[in-house]
Amino acid sequence: MTIVAESIILPQRRSTAGRLSDFLWRHPHVLLAIFLGPPLLWLGIVYLGSLFALLLQSFFSIDDFSGLVNYEFTLATYRQLLSGANLDIIIRTVTMAAVVTLVSALVAFPIAYYAARYARGKWKALFYLAVMLPLWSSYLVKIYAWKLILAKEGILTWIFQKLNLLWLIDAWLSLPLVGGNSLSVSYTGTFIVFVYVWMPFMILPIQAALERVPASLIEASSDLGGTPSQTFRHVLFPLALPGIVAGSIFTFSLTLGDYIIPQIVGSSRLFIGQAVYAQQGTAGNIPLAAAFTVVPIVIMGAYLWMARRMGAFDAL
Amino acid sequence: MRSEKSNPAPLGLKLAAGAGLAFMHLPILLIFLYAFTTEEKSYQFPPPGLTTQWFAVAWSRPDVWAALTLSVKVASIATAVALVLGTLCAAAVSQTRFFGRETISLLVILPIALPGIITGIALRSAFSMADIPFSFWTIVLGHATFCIVVVYNNAVARFRRISGSLIEASMDLGADGFQTFRYIILPNIGTALLAGGMLAFALSFDEVIVTTFTAGQQSTLPIWMLEELIRPRQRPVTNVVAMVVVMVTFLPILGAYYLTRDGDQIAGAGK
Amino acid sequence: MTAVFFDNVSRYFGAVRAVDRVHLTIAEGEFFAMLGPSGSGKTTCLRLMAGFEQPTGGHIEIFGETAEGVPPYRRSVNTVFQDYALFPHLSILDNVAYGLMVKGIGREERRKAAEDALAMVKLPGYGTRRPGQLSGGQRQRVALARALVNKPKVLLLDEPLGALDLKLREQMQEELKILQKSLGITFVFVTHDQGEALSMADRIAVFNEGRIQQLGSPEEVYNRPQTRFVADFVGSSNVLSEDLCRSLGLKASFASLRPEAVAIAPPSEGALSLAGTVASQSFLGATNRIVIDVEGVRIAVASPAARGVPAVGSPVTISFAAHDLHPMEDA
Repeated sequence: MTIVAESIILPQRRSTAGRLSDFLWRHPHVLLAIFLGPPLLWLGIVYLGSLFALLLQSFFSIDDFSGLVNYEFTLATYRQLLSGANLDIIIRTVTMAAVVTLVSALVAFPIAYYAARYARGKWKALFYLAVMLPLWSSYLVKIYAWKLILAKEGILTWIFQKLNLLWLIDAWLSLPLVGGNSLSVSYTGTFIVFVYVWMPFMILPIQAALERVPASLIEASSDLGGTPSQTFRHVLFPLALPGIVAGSIFTFSLTLGDYIIPQIVGSSRLFIGQAVYAQQGTAGNIPLAAAFTVVPIVIMGAYLWMARRMGAFDAL
Repeated sequence: MRSEKSNPAPLGLKLAAGAGLAFMHLPILLIFLYAFTTEEKSYQFPPPGLTTQWFAVAWSRPDVWAALTLSVKVASIATAVALVLGTLCAAAVSQTRFFGRETISLLVILPIALPGIITGIALRSAFSMADIPFSFWTIVLGHATFCIVVVYNNAVARFRRISGSLIEASMDLGADGFQTFRYIILPNIGTALLAGGMLAFALSFDEVIVTTFTAGQQSTLPIWMLEELIRPRQRPVTNVVAMVVVMVTFLPILGAYYLTRDGDQIAGAGK
Repeated sequence: MTAVFFDNVSRYFGAVRAVDRVHLTIAEGEFFAMLGPSGSGKTTCLRLMAGFEQPTGGHIEIFGETAEGVPPYRRSVNTVFQDYALFPHLSILDNVAYGLMVKGIGREERRKAAEDALAMVKLPGYGTRRPGQLSGGQRQRVALARALVNKPKVLLLDEPLGALDLKLREQMQEELKILQKSLGITFVFVTHDQGEALSMADRIAVFNEGRIQQLGSPEEVYNRPQTRFVADFVGSSNVLSEDLCRSLGLKASFASLRPEAVAIAPPSEGALSLAGTVASQSFLGATNRIVIDVEGVRIAVASPAARGVPAVGSPVTISFAAHDLHPMEDA
């Protein structure tokens, strides 16, 4: 047995680490500063700083003759943004993002619902991987795949030809707005690729929200005489809504800012992303490019605020 | 009415879910087929013949190798930076209470919640304002910014699972902060960090939108592919590269999945 | 010697007074229980002793040495956590040897010490398993061994039996008591279960709203509650109103009366009595619980089951000895 004479307070470890550890324990704020300092320096200063610098530029204008930026506060760029062709671009992009989000939710819901309610054990893991792999596989490769599919000599034409349904594609392409010379240069093509690339982001949040719905709740609803469609409308859908909203943050935002998909598969009419790219690149009009980027920021800001109020962040 | 758990899924639901999954997977499978086609001038389907010659052609292309090397280097360093910053952020948010914790989560998510083009153009205009020439490091800076969130999400989820009393128990038993970190925290969040790192790597390896703004004349593999997509010049090589890229990104995803799944089991058993 | 000494100790979380000006002296070798409902401040007191919390005001001494500002890892005080907090990535042996490992004790020596500690809690040979492979009761023993292997001066136990089922709990109560007596270590024990506190502790501090309501031996706390809260919380004493006290000739605003001290019988020599009607009755196994309505005040009587039970609504007389009636403060 050791003798009781020793002190109840143990000595400090005789090393720098021991001293530092005691110091940090007594000054938890220093520890917090060490934790938060580097990431805040990076994200708060470098990233947010760049973002604000960019936004600031939208309040300058470009001199029509010299093509140089005129560093005086003006709303002229915003006037330019909200007029004529530029406004068309904004409306076109937002409409596309909304439709893509809606259709993504429709396609994703059955997958998420099946995975949440019926898939068990091995199947569940398989389902998860089946969603994760396409979600994470290369963005460009996914677009490339659709370039192969939608090409005139590609698989889609071949299938429709074999089914003697080519007239269906032609009829669709002759429609105004969604039609065009071929699928790969039509809004339809752009839309399909958007849905394909961003839809997987919708599945996991919906699945997470649905998994939080206890099965007994659905049983209770049918026990109380609810038909399956009533159960869906009044119980399942409202509870899945935060998940849908969380997923739509991705589909909506990613569609809003994309400039590569419409450039590769689509008509010559621009989307916001392409307009930003063109304005800052070839046109050299940084103020207008900056003003264009404000549009998705404002829309997403409002969207995130709304999503947060609905509790969608818990489903992320 | 008895429990409906054992009931099979309705046929309509099965069909809708199956069709959705097929929609997600078939186009990727098509990539694999095209890598073997003998046709080199168009995207003809079905392929007139099959060959493996394009693999050899792609293998001997220095531009593909240069782009691949750059992508791997960028992804490695961006991942390392994201690991440090993401873990620090996660530790601060989950282990301490302070004013503005919610804001930190929002700040970390922002680079992926905002469209990539905004991050790209913001960084580009900041570089030009600060007179920083485009370099390897400007690409890394951009990539690390949006990779932080992946590490952060994984680390926060794991920190949440470590019961708060584990750290107190370690300190109670005489371990100071550094010993607690080394013997308790690190072993418990290690796999989550590895998974986060793998996902960050995959994210960076594939990134193109921000990269177009921060790369200048340099060509990462996605930039190389983008050029081929806009102006197809060597379709067969592109087909092969596309297939390889799919396979390369699958590995970290599968790895990350197995690592985090393991963590779930540990947490479940600890209950 | 005094093991733990609290002088006017407070711990506020913002506006919440978790611990509010507490005085406390725990003697060396004592089995001390802190009893109270959740949020009463008992766990915060324990955490102040362990060093996880620092007092907002007041002074804490452990074995005569100032404890404020001393990190938990430098106190010779160990804790058995409510959720056991076993390290999931370490084997049972490594869990138990953890405290010795971080102190730099050699591998062989700490392995032996850990095995001895496991044998002491009746889990010999369990060292190679993982925490996930053990039952709740076994994990509880590991947590105990992991704390005791460090030979702490004070062992803190935070609701250690809360997660166990009734049978196991009773068995562990017995074992903990025996262990404490044989080791001679000061045990400080937090619980919300009054039965546990009464059966195990040498002394009990009853907490409510951050303050100690009463501190004394189990008999004192049980038989002579000093406040209404203690009377309500420890067991289920009857609280007699001021009017009723006055009619019995007592000069106190409230008085407590144990149900088992009351009999349904006409008054015998020197006893006090009250008349009322039977309001309700229930069978509790060994006893019947009969509630008597006396001028609007409900008085519970624990009556041996062997005796008959008067019908509900029938008039009865209850009697009790004057020394069983304990005046108390209005708090």
